[in-house]
Amino acid sequence: MKCKKLVDVGRRQFLRGGALAAAGAAAATVTPGQAKAAPAMAQVDYPSNRLANIADLKVNEPMDIEYPDADSPGVLLKLGQEVEGGVGPDGDIVAFSVLCPHKGYGLSYNGEDRTLNCPGHFSRFDVEAGGQQVWGHATQNLPQFTLRVDDKGDIYAEGCTDLIFGRPSNVL
Amino acid sequence: MAYKRQIDRLPIPPKDAKVHNVTCHYCIVGCGYKAYTWPRTKQGTLKDNAFGIDLSEQQGADGTWVAPSMYNVVKQDGEDVHLVVVPDKDCVVNSGLTSIRGARMAENRPSQVTGTQQQRLTDPMVWRNGTWQPTSWEDALDLVARVTARVITQGSEDDLVVSMFDHGGSAGGYENTWGTGKLYFQSMKVKNARIHNRPAYNSEVHSTRDMGVGELNYAYKDYEITDTIFMVGANSMETQTNLFLNHMRKGLENGARMVIVDPRRTLTVHTAEEIAGKENVLHLAIKPGSDMALFNAILTHIVDQGWTDKDFIEASTYRDGEAVAMDSAHPAGLGSLEYAMETCRTSPEEAAEICGVDAADIIKAAEWIAKPKEDGSRRKCVTCYEKGIIWGNDNYRTVGALVNVALATGNIGREGGGCCRLGGHQEGYYRPSDAHVGRPATYIDQLLIRGGGKVHHVWACDHYKTTLNAAEFKRVHRRRANIVKDAMDASATGTREQQVEAIVAAVNAGGLFVVDMDIIHSQIGQNAHVILPAAESNEMNLTSMNGERRLRLSEKYMDPPGQAMPDCLIAAGIARHMERVLREMGHDEYADKFKGYDWKTEEDAFMDGYHQGNPDVTYDRLRAMGNNGVQEPVVGYEGGKLVGTERLYADGKFDRHGREDKKALFCAAGWRGWQAPGKAQEQKSFRFWINNVRANIFWQNQFLDQENDFIQDRFPYPFVEMHPDDMAELSLNPGDLIEIHNENGATQGMAYPTDTAKRGQVAMVFGSPAGSQGNVVNPGVNELVLPDYKHTWGDIRKLADATPRAKAVSFKSKEYKG
Repeated sequence: MKCKKLVDVGRRQFLRGGALAAAGAAAATVTPGQAKAAPAMAQVDYPSNRLANIADLKVNEPMDIEYPDADSPGVLLKLGQEVEGGVGPDGDIVAFSVLCPHKGYGLSYNGEDRTLNCPGHFSRFDVEAGGQQVWGHATQNLPQFTLRVDDKGDIYAEGCTDLIFGRPSNVL
Repeated sequence: MAYKRQIDRLPIPPKDAKVHNVTCHYCIVGCGYKAYTWPRTKQGTLKDNAFGIDLSEQQGADGTWVAPSMYNVVKQDGEDVHLVVVPDKDCVVNSGLTSIRGARMAENRPSQVTGTQQQRLTDPMVWRNGTWQPTSWEDALDLVARVTARVITQGSEDDLVVSMFDHGGSAGGYENTWGTGKLYFQSMKVKNARIHNRPAYNSEVHSTRDMGVGELNYAYKDYEITDTIFMVGANSMETQTNLFLNHMRKGLENGARMVIVDPRRTLTVHTAEEIAGKENVLHLAIKPGSDMALFNAILTHIVDQGWTDKDFIEASTYRDGEAVAMDSAHPAGLGSLEYAMETCRTSPEEAAEICGVDAADIIKAAEWIAKPKEDGSRRKCVTCYEKGIIWGNDNYRTVGALVNVALATGNIGREGGGCCRLGGHQEGYYRPSDAHVGRPATYIDQLLIRGGGKVHHVWACDHYKTTLNAAEFKRVHRRRANIVKDAMDASATGTREQQVEAIVAAVNAGGLFVVDMDIIHSQIGQNAHVILPAAESNEMNLTSMNGERRLRLSEKYMDPPGQAMPDCLIAAGIARHMERVLREMGHDEYADKFKGYDWKTEEDAFMDGYHQGNPDVTYDRLRAMGNNGVQEPVVGYEGGKLVGTERLYADGKFDRHGREDKKALFCAAGWRGWQAPGKAQEQKSFRFWINNVRANIFWQNQFLDQENDFIQDRFPYPFVEMHPDDMAELSLNPGDLIEIHNENGATQGMAYPTDTAKRGQVAMVFGSPAGSQGNVVNPGVNELVLPDYKHTWGDIRKLADATPRAKAVSFKSKEYKG
């Protein structure tokens, strides 16, 4: 009991007072019987999916991707200059969900000012600033996919920073 | 790096979760939401849940989705419960849309479990031993009553100054305006009162009321069926978001044109162009403060072209010259159209000169508003306005000049018409008569600055952030409050009676005893001697009406934090203690005036106030009307439903002025340049016009948002939109901290490069806790003490390079670029 409390406190601090002390319980009940999912998982188990090889990417040309599954469209971008959270030798590769976290409309990329824009209600997100909502109605920044690049230059997605629109869990 | 929630799953509401009606408690639009609560140990599943949908499937656009901001864990009847607050697709106001404000209602609840909003006040506090110490309601209210009673019996009720909200939503509503109103306007007759956002107790729209036209007269659906939307000094895409997205947008998609009057190119202008095409949007980017001349020229052109609605004018407006003469309570005369035209007549060319826009565009605006269609039929036009002119130059005449246009074209009380303010908070005003306050009302800030008043009761107002001439106000208020704090510290070891003696002596020597009722420890609360914790919407049942007079009951779904309670019950507590103390002092007759507050709940206050004036309306009946509620005024109860009024004045009879003939009046709105003292000189003396503006992301003065990580990450400091060339001339980089200063004071913000800004004009977000724009606004008001917040000029200098927080922020254009 004491241990569990400590775990909860730790998670709460980690979330900076955000929202979710109940995450573990959620996963447990969603899939009854799999009690092993309950303890202190920082995030759900994500697939490690190869998205592309660095050689496939051209600066500022968005590549359509799907992650963590085929129903969740995203975009992979090489920006040509280092950005926070960017991976690869130039620290400039990022990937985001393109479902607007307001009402789930598909975002379109504007290469001129490097933003993702929502035709639904005119929200927009800055891919050079970690998907920060420049202006809009969403109550979170754009879910950013956690990337890893291996020795061969293959780019893998292995996690996500925020809840993707239209699902109660990023991995359904 | 942008703020990441690091949340990738949420609990699912079970099928048997409790469901509560919620009206968003932020802006005037009042979007409908549903709150689901359920026990901490329970859970729905992907297939079996409260939404009745298969959550194992990816939901499409507009599908049901709980964002992390819509979730929290709160106390309900003493137990921790899960809370989810999601938009209501069946509510006609928002049809399932959310705003960046309303979709954060859940995460902006206080929660000991998730740690949100731990800034909320939980206990009454009294200044003791050099700080605020928690105490009981009985102890705190006893001190409030003893000091207040002593002061007003030694002197008069004029020694009690009251700042009190008059709005709905938030912690306002019919319950709480009644509780406070009964205390100060019935038990007492307090004259020295002011409202949360302005320095007097007055209407923001006196002229339209004097003309007979209540300021909320349409239905939102009028925007969907109109020919033209005429918007003035408003930015609805940001500030009434779902009114724009769910109603104005439909109008534009149905072929309506839009005329927007604003010196600044707002996001509403840009978005309207995206929706309707540039050819159907006319942005009149006038010189600041010149609105009245523009309206007069539009009216003149309409009259001269014969586009007025002659039948309407004949049947529904005053036809016999002057009806009300200009006097100290009426900054303009009122009467017939012809009477008004003697003063208002302005050619497009004259207006073009004053307003700095093309005469051809003024004529085009008049045509879009009033030129009959090719088949000769009347053009429908909705007119809407807000702070740009309410807090602008010459409030009375400017608002009057705008209403003139709507009246002359017969566009009030008809489908696709209306002439309305857009509003800030929801409305929820039900109080005894305020006639004793007088007109013009006392300029309270100046009264306090001059040393007037001895006790100051402050109800959910933070004048530190939301008044004009704020720098001086703060200096004086703090100094006077400190006199009392020092006296309390010096008498700390004495009895209650000795302490009261010390406080009374201090206020008689220039001090001010401050009692602050609020949900958080506010900036003005730093000067308080007693702090009383209040509840807000959904911690209590709360009724309000929105901008189309739609009345809803927003239901209680959680406990207030700690000992906090609704303002109406705090007011009742003060009244009960006043009665007791006055009786002890031997003032039996006076004490009797404080009877009638034996309310146990907010519903009791509702029944004592609003229900008495509107006997058809009860909580049960409102609950049954759900999130669509009923549009006021309620005219009956039939078949289990409250019967409301879709739009006012459909019968062509105007009554807001109280005239028996029920004829609307026109306003003789004579242009006189800058009306408020000091504005013309300030404009000449300083380089930049400092426009004060709103942003969709913040609710009002950020009282909750200041503790919201997502919000503060985006704008850690108040943004000041500036043209990049102005920034270059001042050697400013994006995010640099700047100081705006003039003869009134100084404030600071963060430079935000904005291509569409005009040179020499900057736009600073209003009401920020990290930089009060009110510091640099001069004390100028109109004859009825309406502040001209919008017109301030200052110089700008760099304070510091962008901090690491500011450097992480995006400085890209806010305009959609699809």
